Amino acid sequence: MVSEIAISIAGLKNQFGLQVVHEHLDLEVARGEILGVVGGSGTGKSVLMRAILGLRPPQAGRIEVFGHRVDERAGSRDWLRRHSGVLFQDGALFSSLTVQENVEVPLKAHFPDLSHSLRRELALLKIRLVGLSDEAAPKLPAELSGGMRKRAGLARALALDPELLFLDEPTAGLDPIGAAAFDQLLATLSKALGLTVFLITHDLDTLYSICDRVAVIGEGRILTVGPLDEVETFDHPWVQDYFHGPRARAARKGTT
Amino acid sequence: MPETPVIETDSEHPGCVRLSGDWIVDRIADLQARVDQLRGPVEALDARGIERIDAAGAWLLVRLAQRLEMDVSAIELEGEHRALVDTVARAEQHEQVGDTVREPGWRRFFGAIGKLITDGGSHFVKLSGFLGLSLAALVRIAPRPRQWPVTATIHHMQQTGLNALPLVALLSFLVGAVVAFLGATVLRDFGAELFVVDLITFAFLREFGVLLTAILLAGRTASAFTAQIGTMKSREEIDAIRTLGLDPVVLLVLPRLVALLIMLPVLAVAAMVAGMLGGLTVSVTSLGIPAELFLSRVEETITLRHYLVGLIKAPLFAMVIALVGCLEGFKVAGTAQSVGERTTSAVVQCISLVIIIDALAALFFMEIGW
Repeated sequence: MVSEIAISIAGLKNQFGLQVVHEHLDLEVARGEILGVVGGSGTGKSVLMRAILGLRPPQAGRIEVFGHRVDERAGSRDWLRRHSGVLFQDGALFSSLTVQENVEVPLKAHFPDLSHSLRRELALLKIRLVGLSDEAAPKLPAELSGGMRKRAGLARALALDPELLFLDEPTAGLDPIGAAAFDQLLATLSKALGLTVFLITHDLDTLYSICDRVAVIGEGRILTVGPLDEVETFDHPWVQDYFHGPRARAARKGTT
Repeated sequence: MPETPVIETDSEHPGCVRLSGDWIVDRIADLQARVDQLRGPVEALDARGIERIDAAGAWLLVRLAQRLEMDVSAIELEGEHRALVDTVARAEQHEQVGDTVREPGWRRFFGAIGKLITDGGSHFVKLSGFLGLSLAALVRIAPRPRQWPVTATIHHMQQTGLNALPLVALLSFLVGAVVAFLGATVLRDFGAELFVVDLITFAFLREFGVLLTAILLAGRTASAFTAQIGTMKSREEIDAIRTLGLDPVVLLVLPRLVALLIMLPVLAVAAMVAGMLGGLTVSVTSLGIPAELFLSRVEETITLRHYLVGLIKAPLFAMVIALVGCLEGFKVAGTAQSVGERTTSAVVQCISLVIIIDALAALFFMEIGW
């Protein structure tokens, strides 16, 4: 019944004008895993995420999410919208709405029949699950710190109890302690809620502490994908620089 | 396909409730209603029949356990669901801060009035402070022509003055025509149609020329100032200016203030001319007053004083529009919504202040007999 492959991408090609971002890109994400996606600036990590989400139609290739094909057909993204949550880089919270209202937006959109009080309770639950206190609920995004905004964004991404979570640099702009706490929160929640997580990051600490597998993007395709210790030894100059630079050594020391 | 959630009491053990099916957010409204109906002494919850459960379903389960005064750990669960239910239970018991008590309506009503008044007071203080700040900056850079933001000032003179000229002229012309018609309707009964000329010239020289211009600029220019500065503020550009050792008042406020101080009187004169032309056109075409008669009547009745009484208000209006527009821009805090709110506030304040000042001035000049 349920496929064990959460996301399957085959032969993906993305192009902006003459600039080819991805070509013949293949990737599979297994159900329930946390996949870290790394790559240099401009290698198209965010473009890949936007392609999977159907926010940008690719020039070629096939994308399937839990066996549902994502393409330009009307309605092909409905399943995806209902079953996935996205945390954008700075949270992308709606600035004119309170945290509580932000979390209620997807509930309102997908379950318009829910009673007001039930919707309120469910939103509050998500706010508590991401570790925010109830006092944060009536605040506007501008009144929150960066870390709290991230958590509020995560609460909104989790509002529909998705099976699939997309995160775009969740720890960027957080201090190391806040970032570590956020990593821990992600690990706990993804385990408890049974999430499959597609995580774009630059943060080596995040990779070492919570990712099950790592995919490296470069040269328009996935250079390598696998558990960290395999990817680390992959013979490619960028991968070697990335995993064996001074920062990587420090991050590894922290976890072992 | 989602399976219908089932809540049933075990026929053999009346105290044991069996839960099964899918406890997911798609079913939550229906589920909640049934959970709420569950009554009677319940000794045990058997949730091993639940196929799928998500955070919303787990939340209902936790709520149910709380209502039945059972411990969450006493619910019988499939092993794979245990982690989720425990996480939700932890989040729920975290801190149940009670709902904040809402103030009674009358207190909020009077509170709102009080806030309005204190806000108005502090706003007036801020505006006066801002005026002082701008004047001080003006005096400070006056002896140093190299620091004058000449290019920016000329840019704003074009934006707020030259580009507004066609609109100001057209609207004044039309209002002039309307006033002529209005005057003629009343004065015709007395056979004194010639006095339409006095009406138009008096109205436009003393009041309408400068007032119409100021109201138009309040809508057109004050809003632009607030939006420009507000957007810069929300993108931290103002802070960047400060950290570079520059003065945002000199860089942003003075060019706008000076541009308006120069251009508003010019526009006001154009509005006076256009308004009188509008009156002249109506007089010639439909009131039967020839142009020569109109002009000689103007010459007879109008002294320079009327013109000055009108024009003397122009710099005052320019200050109000420029300062309120800029100050509201500096008050923007972060969000896109805030830019919108401050822009509205700037326009409302400018128009109100312009009309209030005009009324006070009219009273003053009448009393001193000008």
